[in-house]
Amino acid sequence: MSTTTTPSRIKVITGNAAAAIAAKLARPDVVAAYPITPQTEVIEQISTFHASGEMDCELITVEGENSAMNAVMAASLAGGRVFTASSSWGLVFMYDAVLAVAGARAPVVMVNVNRETPGIIAVSSGQQDMISTRDAGWIFLIAEDCQEVLDLVLQAYRLAEDYDIQLPVMVHYDGFFLSYLSEGVDIPEQETVDRFLSVLKDQPRRTVLTPGRKLGVGSHGILGGYMELRHKHVTAMERSKAKFEEIDKEFAGIFGRTYGGQVEEYRCDDADIVLLGSGSMCGTIKSVIDDQREKGVRIGLVKMRMYRPFPHQALVAALKGKKAVGVVDRSLAFGFDGGPIYTELKAFETRLEGAQLVSFIDGIANTDITKTNVEKMIQMTRDLADGKNVPEVTWVSYPEANTKGEK
Amino acid sequence: MSSNHYFKHEGPWSDAGDPLMCTDTGDWRTKRPVVDKEKCIFCGFCAIYCPIQVMEMQSDTHFEANLDFCKGCGICAKECPKGAITMISEGEFAS
Repeated sequence: MSTTTTPSRIKVITGNAAAAIAAKLARPDVVAAYPITPQTEVIEQISTFHASGEMDCELITVEGENSAMNAVMAASLAGGRVFTASSSWGLVFMYDAVLAVAGARAPVVMVNVNRETPGIIAVSSGQQDMISTRDAGWIFLIAEDCQEVLDLVLQAYRLAEDYDIQLPVMVHYDGFFLSYLSEGVDIPEQETVDRFLSVLKDQPRRTVLTPGRKLGVGSHGILGGYMELRHKHVTAMERSKAKFEEIDKEFAGIFGRTYGGQVEEYRCDDADIVLLGSGSMCGTIKSVIDDQREKGVRIGLVKMRMYRPFPHQALVAALKGKKAVGVVDRSLAFGFDGGPIYTELKAFETRLEGAQLVSFIDGIANTDITKTNVEKMIQMTRDLADGKNVPEVTWVSYPEANTKGEK
Repeated sequence: MSSNHYFKHEGPWSDAGDPLMCTDTGDWRTKRPVVDKEKCIFCGFCAIYCPIQVMEMQSDTHFEANLDFCKGCGICAKECPKGAITMISEGEFAS
């Protein structure tokens, strides 16, 4: 990341504050949300902006997440720019509406502050809520730090509301690790954000509910009609990959920061082995890579910034020809041994030109993905590259899972 | 049935003026109401009772079901005071 070239100010703020400020800068017409740990601060901040007159939007303080998502869906279908935020149980409570928003192709933008999911009362970080919602038909983006939270929310509006895309976008960031982490964030000027988003105004207008016009949405669609809509949906998701890359480049031109689009490659060019990660763990991984590079280990990181659609072309381009790839998952794929991202990448193994894959599960329920843990993962990935026998799946912080015995 | 041209929009938007899209409920029918024109007294009970309003007047003499949408529920046959409507298995009409 280079420093910004346009007017801005750097403030030390949390990831949640970064999300709220980004929402404010995008000038939404309607915000509806319900508080939940670790997202609450996002809504507190927006309420403060709204109360002070800094934010000119309709703020609906709904009685639950299901109403929040339904309210922003309706507002979006009526042509409004909308924002909401949730996490874990809240995301589950709005799940039917999450699906309906995608089916309606409503360009809703929300942040989901990643947290473990219901079943076990875990008020702690983990990407399980993201994984549990992965097939909802939304575009999923993942932020690594507080600055990227702000930047991704702005990029999300460009992506969601683009005439060629028209899909809801969920920006994910790790609860606790990012939601409450304070760090320096470069906050752009309102005029700069307005300029960045103004491109949308020049596009054809999407279909919206209009008073007096007889128009229905989501009222039809069986057999052929259903297939037509779903095919349009998956096609739009595929288009969103290239669109996201374009938006990232344009963002770089205006704000002076670039992340590389669907995936960020860190010291990958001459790397023999690579870790694939996402979210806040990537900061730790990068620092370990820097240490190991000094010792001559040729290792890099591929950071997944877009999780839905699954950026397999970008991943294959970044990973092919490497000797071994360690995939770090902060969640589980129930019914599979390996983590969810590992399992999905496995589907493209034959295109990786011999790169071997190994799964690491770590960071569940607020477990720290420490530098020691990352070193352990790197060592095992190196062993795999050297032809040694390495287990396919390792729970890094729970050695009991790795002992031989009944699987 | 499958077609790529039901929707003019990117999303699932339907204009109220459009022909009823995709809901070709006639596909669901296993029995078809057949009206005996001689017995029909043109009272219109079948049309009144039909839950989806597909019994259509035929030149002021009798009623017939619009088979594109008739689901074959048989209410018309049950309600007809003259027993003029018989439900006949669709298999009888298969070519």
